[in-house]
Amino acid sequence: MVTGYLSVIVLLPLAALVWEAHKGGLSGFWKTITAPEAVAAIELTLVVSVVVALINAIAGTAIAWVLVRDKFAGKSFVNTLIDLPFALPTIVAGLTLLALYGPVSPVGINVAFTRISVVMALLFVTLPFVVRTVQPVLTELDREMEQAAASLGANRFAIFRRVVFPNLLPAILSGVALAFARAVGEFGSVVLISGNLPFKTEVASVYIFSQVESDDPGGAAAVSVLLLVISFIALLAIGAVRRYATRHDAE
Amino acid sequence: MPSRYLLRFSALGYLAMLLLIPLGMVFYRAFEHGFSAAWDAVTSPDAVHALWLTLLVTLIAVPLNTVFGITCSLLIVRGHLRGKGILNALVDLPLALSPIVVGLSLLILYGRGGWLGPWLNDHGIQVVFALPGLVLATVFVSLPFVVREVVPVLREIGTEQEQAASTLGASAVQIFRRVTLPAIRWGVVYGIVLTTARCLGEFGAVSVVSGNIEGKTETMTLYVENQYQGFNTSGAYAASVVLALLSVVTLVAMTLFRRKEEI
Repeated sequence: MVTGYLSVIVLLPLAALVWEAHKGGLSGFWKTITAPEAVAAIELTLVVSVVVALINAIAGTAIAWVLVRDKFAGKSFVNTLIDLPFALPTIVAGLTLLALYGPVSPVGINVAFTRISVVMALLFVTLPFVVRTVQPVLTELDREMEQAAASLGANRFAIFRRVVFPNLLPAILSGVALAFARAVGEFGSVVLISGNLPFKTEVASVYIFSQVESDDPGGAAAVSVLLLVISFIALLAIGAVRRYATRHDAE
Repeated sequence: MPSRYLLRFSALGYLAMLLLIPLGMVFYRAFEHGFSAAWDAVTSPDAVHALWLTLLVTLIAVPLNTVFGITCSLLIVRGHLRGKGILNALVDLPLALSPIVVGLSLLILYGRGGWLGPWLNDHGIQVVFALPGLVLATVFVSLPFVVREVVPVLREIGTEQEQAASTLGASAVQIFRRVTLPAIRWGVVYGIVLTTARCLGEFGAVSVVSGNIEGKTETMTLYVENQYQGFNTSGAYAASVVLALLSVVTLVAMTLFRRKEEI
């Protein structure tokens, strides 16, 4: 039953997608994904996703640290707020950013139709990933190790770098990989604020959508297959990080 | 400790600039032309239909994925089958895959000229640009959530109680209903909350397969986009407020159920 459901819902559509992309043969596939506009969209998507993943690695770890180790009024509210991007529809996320940083911005910052707007939209929707993977690890982390390091004369920077950071690294990496995968495929939050200018702010998923609209399913399918492969690689990387992080657990 | 405050204020400042202040602006924009303008925008026939359609799709997709999620989790944790790794990867795929790719795949499979398109057409069944397409897209993207929440709980509770029930003569159905289900119930509920949130908010996959027929296949998120593109920004913001309020309800539910799960 499970296999049947998965086949109908997931496998069959994806098989149709790969078949459609492969209609023109390998050379046709290659020609489609190396069309200048497609290359520009894919490049932008990858570069922006890497930037977003890196910012998340730092900001997400900092936020998780503040939520676990710091004490301040309204902490549980902030903790709830972290999940907002999960709960908020992506189109609303895009509109939300447009309301403050768009053409009629009350603070005079207008990033609409620029690459910065793409980065901001992606930062919004990927915010929870690193925070939510690092937070539980940081909560579980034994404070005694840090106290031992301090008693041996390590300063706070050395303690973070040598004791805390190595323990957090697998969680940070898997959060970063999740954020990267999400950023590569993101559509709803980007579509309004980026303006979808080809060669400038058009990301891969928007490119696919415009190919569908202009009735070129082959071109759309080829770039889609590329995104599909990137998703698989990201999932494999996350799996590998998790196995590495729990490698001592079974012993 | 000044460094502690520096970290606190940069983290909170980042959250305020990225999440809280923009969200507040949506509420401001929706009501800047008065409450009645916003109310009119969300009670227009198209808006009401869009909201109703979103709820209908959610009501179909959530039960399907709940039953699938529980069954699939049992299979992953308790089953003895080959290819568990593949099963796991397939279940996770919708988390990593672009919703546009999901929509396009469905379009190619069920659309005209697709594998099943001609057959469906001959039998008078419309999938793409109709309700079934919207449901299939939504089910695809919200597939992983129940599984991801239930699998760790199932692992944690172990099989001892189930084995005890079995030695006392309970049937498989009795064991599931009386032992397993009560033990995993908060995981299931939390998974349902996440699934619901995803279903209500889905945009990319739905926008490819819906065809955007106003008053027919336009869901709430598509309504927001169409209003914005049609330069009715206050209408778009008003509809966004409705969706944002639904998200707030989800957030509260998430907080409540997660706490219960941890006790």
